[in-house]
Amino acid sequence: MLYIFCPHCGMRSQNEFSYGGDATVKRPELNKEVSDKDWDNFVYNRKSLRGKHWELWQHISGCRQWIKVERDTGTHEIFNTLKADEEISK
Amino acid sequence: MQKYSIFNLVKNALSNHENWDLAWKDPTPKKEYDVVIIGGGGHGLATAYYLAKEHNITNVAIIEKGWIGGGNVGRNTTIIRSNYMHDDNALFSEFGMDLWRKMSQDLNYNVMFSPRGIINLAHSDAQMNVYARRGNSMRLNGIDAVLLNREQVKEIIPMADFSENVRFPIFGGLMQPSAGTARHDAVAWGYARQADSMGVDIIQNCEVTGFDISAGKINGVRTSRGDIKVKKIGLCVAGSTNILAEKLNMTLPIETHLLQACVSEPVKPVLDRVVTFGAGHFYISQSDKGEMVMGGDLDGYNSYAQRGNLPTLQHVLTEGIAMMPFLSKLKMLRTWGGIMDMSMDGSPIIDKTHIEGLYLNCGWCYGGFKATPASGWTFAHTIAQDRVHKLNAGYSLERFNTGYLLDEKGLGTKTWIS
Ligand SMILES: Cc1cc2nc3c(=O)[nH]c(=O)nc-3n(C[C@H](O)[C@H](O)[C@H](O)COP(=O)(O)OP(=O)(O)OC[C@H]3O[C@@H](n4cnc5c(N)ncnc54)[C@H](O)[C@@H]3O)c2cc1C
Ligand SMILES: [Zn+2]
Repeated sequence: MLYIFCPHCGMRSQNEFSYGGDATVKRPELNKEVSDKDWDNFVYNRKSLRGKHWELWQHISGCRQWIKVERDTGTHEIFNTLKADEEISK
Repeated sequence: MQKYSIFNLVKNALSNHENWDLAWKDPTPKKEYDVVIIGGGGHGLATAYYLAKEHNITNVAIIEKGWIGGGNVGRNTTIIRSNYMHDDNALFSEFGMDLWRKMSQDLNYNVMFSPRGIINLAHSDAQMNVYARRGNSMRLNGIDAVLLNREQVKEIIPMADFSENVRFPIFGGLMQPSAGTARHDAVAWGYARQADSMGVDIIQNCEVTGFDISAGKINGVRTSRGDIKVKKIGLCVAGSTNILAEKLNMTLPIETHLLQACVSEPVKPVLDRVVTFGAGHFYISQSDKGEMVMGGDLDGYNSYAQRGNLPTLQHVLTEGIAMMPFLSKLKMLRTWGGIMDMSMDGSPIIDKTHIEGLYLNCGWCYGGFKATPASGWTFAHTIAQDRVHKLNAGYSLERFNTGYLLDEKGLGTKTWIS
């Protein structure tokens, strides 16, 4: 069982959340010409490595907000959580 | 190599079975090979076997970081089927079914292939319609499919819940009678033994750590046991694909996720088919030892952990009990997990790459065990001839760019809900 700290509600069990995938993927800007390669990278291509991974979770059985979670994909240790609009600091 | 036969069994009994040949050797890596296969899972071993058998290429090494059979090939629930709707998946898998039927003879190794049939249950009229359509597509491709009504299903699996007032009543099901199971370890060992006997070096406890590439061409691999020169590399590392892709500067349409399975205590024979629940994700069969072999959903978030979390297991087994209530009486014996190369359309990739001499075999999701022989066969062809076979032409990497996706379930790119 994972325990995820929701920045809005506090520490809650994984059962209250649903997963939303890699949080670092950025949709290409629409006001400029987007190459096929950029679309591919946005829609399909993922690094998905072992180690620290920023990902989206939605607190569906709580505040229903999307949040960002930094988790280790090998050990499941959670290092950090952010509100959806907070920038991930490198 | 000694043949496994009744004659040799009797002969070796006379010397207390102490003089059998090793099933495969434990060679030290040579400085150079014609082909290196990375990953000693089912696909890597089968590829090496067909390179030797079909293409006479025997100066081949399989480089495995652990031991052969320690990955997903030894962790899966062994369901073998070809009940696909899309032509590319159907024809590829049915070609594989033919190899499965001949495998024990071909490998001189009993892989315990058991074509006991698979039934996918339907729980609504709409689902029956979808299954009718899928069944018809299968039959057009020469694959056996039978649409069963509720009564027919009840005759085959009376232990399922056929009461009226259930949340997901059984309306019927789609059956592929020729589908089944096999002994997963035996598949790995059988391919390994034959590949070894034809001259392939099976190198275990040797991790590939990097690549030697110049001017867009493969020159060699770096391993924990030294550098090896080679012009052709076949990548067959299933759940570790993304890790090696990064070393190649490639980002692939694949995510790594964890799938669990479990077995119950062994009980007397009760279930002689493979059955899947149609209102969620749960499947079950009974092993020869009597254990109920069960699995279902992915854990649902990117993972390299090779062991799962309890919420998913609870969810999956709740579905199982909804389908077959007697399961609630059984004690759980073991649970385990494996890391899966989940592709963005649920179908695999067997292709060349933009790097000359680098061939890619990945994206097997949770259905790669059944693909072992066909994957090995087509991948060997792709490597030996430096071009894809028509059976794996649809499994191109390019399809994610051109839009010719093979999304059997129409789920889109959320690999974790597949
Ligand atoms: C719980 C579970 C249930 C499943 N059920 C089914 C099923 O019922 N039917 C079905 O068809 N499929 C099923 N699958 C999927 C199937 O097991 C896989 O798709 C298939 O086994 C993958 O191919 P493989 O056998 O070559 O992989 P693996 O056996 O995982 O082989 C990959 C190998 O690469 C090695 N490797 C990784 N990195 C390196 C490196 N850097 N250097 C050297 N070696 C490396 C690994 O150690 C591993 O041995 C299931 C999987 C799981 C986990
Ligand atoms: Zn919350």
